[in-house]
Amino acid sequence: MIEPIIKISNLCKSFGGTKATNDVSFELKPGEALGIIGPNGSGKSTLINLISGFVKPDKGQILFKGINITGMAPHKIVNLGIARSFQMSRPFYNMSVFKNLIIPISSPRARKLRGGKYGDLDEAAIHLLEEVGFERDSQVPYKEAGALPHGYLKRLELARCLALEPDIVILDELFSGMSMSEIASVVPLLERIKKEGKTLIMVEHRLTELFKIIDKIIVLNFGMKIAEGLPRDVMTQDEVTSAYLGSEVKTGA
Amino acid sequence: MRTNLSHRKERIDRGIKVRSDDIFVLASMRDLLYVILPKAIVILAMLILPLLKDVVGMYWLNVLVTTLVVILLALSWDLLASAGLVSLGQAFFFGVGSYIAGYLSFKFGWSPLFTIPTATLVGSIICALFLYPVLRLRGIYFGLITFALPLLLARLIEATKVLGGTEGMSALPPIPGMTGKLYLLMFVVLLTLFGFRRLISSNYGLVFQGIRDNDRAVIAAGYNIQWYKTQAVFIAALPATFAGAFVAHHFQFVGVPAFAMDYSILPLTAVVVGGAGTFIGGALGAVILMPLSEILREFGSLRVVIYSLLLLLFSIGLPEGLFKYVKRKYSQIERLTTMEEVKHD
Amino acid sequence: MVTNFLIYGLVNSAILMLSAIGFSLTFGLSGVANFAHGAMYLTAGFIAWMLINYLGLSPLVAMLLTVVLMGILGALIYRIILMPVRGIVLSEVISTFALGVALIEFFRWKGFTSFDFSLPPFVKGSIEIFGVTIDYQRLIIIGIALIIALFLWYFTHYTNTGLALRGMAQDEYTALSIGIESDWAAMLSLGLGAALASVAAVAILPLGIISINLGYEIFLIALAVSVLGGLESTLGLFVGSLILGYAMVIASTYLGPQWGQVVYLGAIVIVLAIKPSGLFGKYKELEERV
Ligand SMILES: Nc1ncnc2c1ncn2[C@@H]1O[C@H](COP(=O)(O)OP(=O)(O)OP(=O)(O)O)[C@@H](O)[C@H]1O
Ligand SMILES: [Mg+2]
Repeated sequence: MIEPIIKISNLCKSFGGTKATNDVSFELKPGEALGIIGPNGSGKSTLINLISGFVKPDKGQILFKGINITGMAPHKIVNLGIARSFQMSRPFYNMSVFKNLIIPISSPRARKLRGGKYGDLDEAAIHLLEEVGFERDSQVPYKEAGALPHGYLKRLELARCLALEPDIVILDELFSGMSMSEIASVVPLLERIKKEGKTLIMVEHRLTELFKIIDKIIVLNFGMKIAEGLPRDVMTQDEVTSAYLGSEVKTGA
Repeated sequence: MRTNLSHRKERIDRGIKVRSDDIFVLASMRDLLYVILPKAIVILAMLILPLLKDVVGMYWLNVLVTTLVVILLALSWDLLASAGLVSLGQAFFFGVGSYIAGYLSFKFGWSPLFTIPTATLVGSIICALFLYPVLRLRGIYFGLITFALPLLLARLIEATKVLGGTEGMSALPPIPGMTGKLYLLMFVVLLTLFGFRRLISSNYGLVFQGIRDNDRAVIAAGYNIQWYKTQAVFIAALPATFAGAFVAHHFQFVGVPAFAMDYSILPLTAVVVGGAGTFIGGALGAVILMPLSEILREFGSLRVVIYSLLLLLFSIGLPEGLFKYVKRKYSQIERLTTMEEVKHD
Repeated sequence: MVTNFLIYGLVNSAILMLSAIGFSLTFGLSGVANFAHGAMYLTAGFIAWMLINYLGLSPLVAMLLTVVLMGILGALIYRIILMPVRGIVLSEVISTFALGVALIEFFRWKGFTSFDFSLPPFVKGSIEIFGVTIDYQRLIIIGIALIIALFLWYFTHYTNTGLALRGMAQDEYTALSIGIESDWAAMLSLGLGAALASVAAVAILPLGIISINLGYEIFLIALAVSVLGGLESTLGLFVGSLILGYAMVIASTYLGPQWGQVVYLGAIVIVLAIKPSGLFGKYKELEERV
């Protein structure tokens, strides 16, 4: 039996009165891809913030490769191998796009994994950008990041994650704000990342595309995990459809 | 339909500017001149000025010293700001440098040759340690603590009567020779200026800029940003503590005025007038403001009023500062063009 | 002796609270750290003085007029100086700082520095309480401080305007989307802050002469009280002023008068270094929406 790469148990987090995450547990094996869905405000981003250390849980435990990372500083978690993207993609506005990538590429983790070839960093950055769909020969990688259209920003977010060569990639609503063709160009990349053995956690509202990539799915509502399993099984459950279609909420399973 | 001719100003980027922003492709002697002239003039002026003791007079050479000191404080400010740390109390760094140098030479009779380097290095470490606790906070907390620290230290020294108390420590050994002194100061200014410019555009400096633009993204890349900010404070403190130590020996005196608000306001005004983020901006601001401030000296505190109004004016009216403005003008040609206006009626 | 200490500590606390209340309100409602707070206090003092001595108005009328004028001035300052740089913290700080210094140094240059500059107390005379002689003005200060604190608490918790302002401070975008206009709110909060600074000025200044350096001191005191209590917390303001008020009295009685300043400056530094959210503040590190 394969050890889970990440194991989350009984995670809780409240902001004032709102229980943003309420007793959530799950585990993932290396190379698995998990989708997290749920209506707006159901606590998807909070769950990601908890895993990546940006928010400290009130209760519960997160084990990553057997290491207890609960409440650890976010930069340490990154250096262990969990990279995340942000829902609101804010680039480093005053830097050109490829310079935006220099920061993750020359980060402690990336330097350790890639070796210290400092001179090649620019090249590596351009290469990464190409991988996420920036045309190499265009001017785009040299433009100021503040001027990028939304779809590009999202892909820059993705590139920032990949630059860290993480074991787990967490993507918060990567597809939102991307055009159909942009999504179409990113999906094969994500599939390849999965094939390389990386573990993926994706928060998404775009279900059709999500289901092409992921192996299993978790549905959150009001901070609670209301369903877990294979995508097509889960989507037919009553509770899930009612959460999405907005009928009365049943409490307790 | 009628047409009439009118003129309007047209602004075109100079060829060399179009070809590249910072990699220069020189096509002619003129291009070469265009690129190096501004730098050459500045450096030449700096080299020649100290030699003109008899022409300029001791008084204005002293003004030059103050100007260079303010430039150092402004450069220090700008480096902090590049890492998102807005300082409202450069006097803190200045005073710490001053007092360490002063104490070492007053108490142990060290020569400036040793006190200045020690004060610079040890002072910067002390500054970094002092500010470490607030570095995890965002927003104006860093500004508030840097604002309060120099005032507190001054009052503490007065109240506890340590380090010379209100009288301060006087009769410190001077740095001999005005010319040599000025060259030393200029060397440090140029070193800091070019050093900081290089640093901030290096990969290491990018991390600082990243912290300023979006600290979360830098954390998400696995950096310990508190540690990086500490380094930024240390590096930025170097020229400022040096300036303090230097001035201690220049005036042969250290006292509570080393923590005076002047040393916070002057560099801040210089940077705001000259423009933040370029390092040269602060220097330009100081070069304009300090002599101006000398001319206004006879007006007493009206000088400070004018100063603060300038600060206000530039921070609202020309937030990019003079340097970027001038630079943009310098790399453009302006000429009148004729245009045909077609009116449909 | 003990009653003496208790009463004068209380008076000092009330003075601190009154001095800080305008600053704290402006910061809490609009997020602007008004570095010109002390300058406003000073300006109010001089305006009141001029109204009394040049126009010959009766003190009470002059003081009321001052508060109104300063309120308008505060709002104007927002319109003219802060609006163009709204949201850029550095520029907000620099602009108010520069304005404050300009005002203070302008008075210095104009020669407003002598013992002639003082305001009359509301009521002359003094009374003996528990064997301690205390003048009416000091009692009035305690009263005003209490009334204003209560009023503010009521205003921000129970009136529509106050609630709107608080909503604004908590989440600008949401407030905007439900129709609270941010510029209007911020302008009001600066106007209120300035008016409160002048209430403090006309109440406190009769205790002594109007000295120029008060312009700097009052700002630092306001900062110390707000930082200690926790920026943007009314309860914090109350407790912060009590702690600092008594601490200052103790320090200057037992260690010497120059220690009073050390206490509040030290409070700023130590609180920011150890517990930046203050005693009752809501600042949480990085626990903002990601
Ligand atoms: N820092 C915070 N402070 C207070 N409340 C918060 C904070 N972060 C999240 N919340 C609240 O927690 C709940 C869950 O928010 P979260 O952002 O995790 O939802 P989400 O599922 O990501 O929604 P969306 O699809 O809109 O991104 C919401 O009610 C939100 O208002
Ligand atoms: Mg979300």
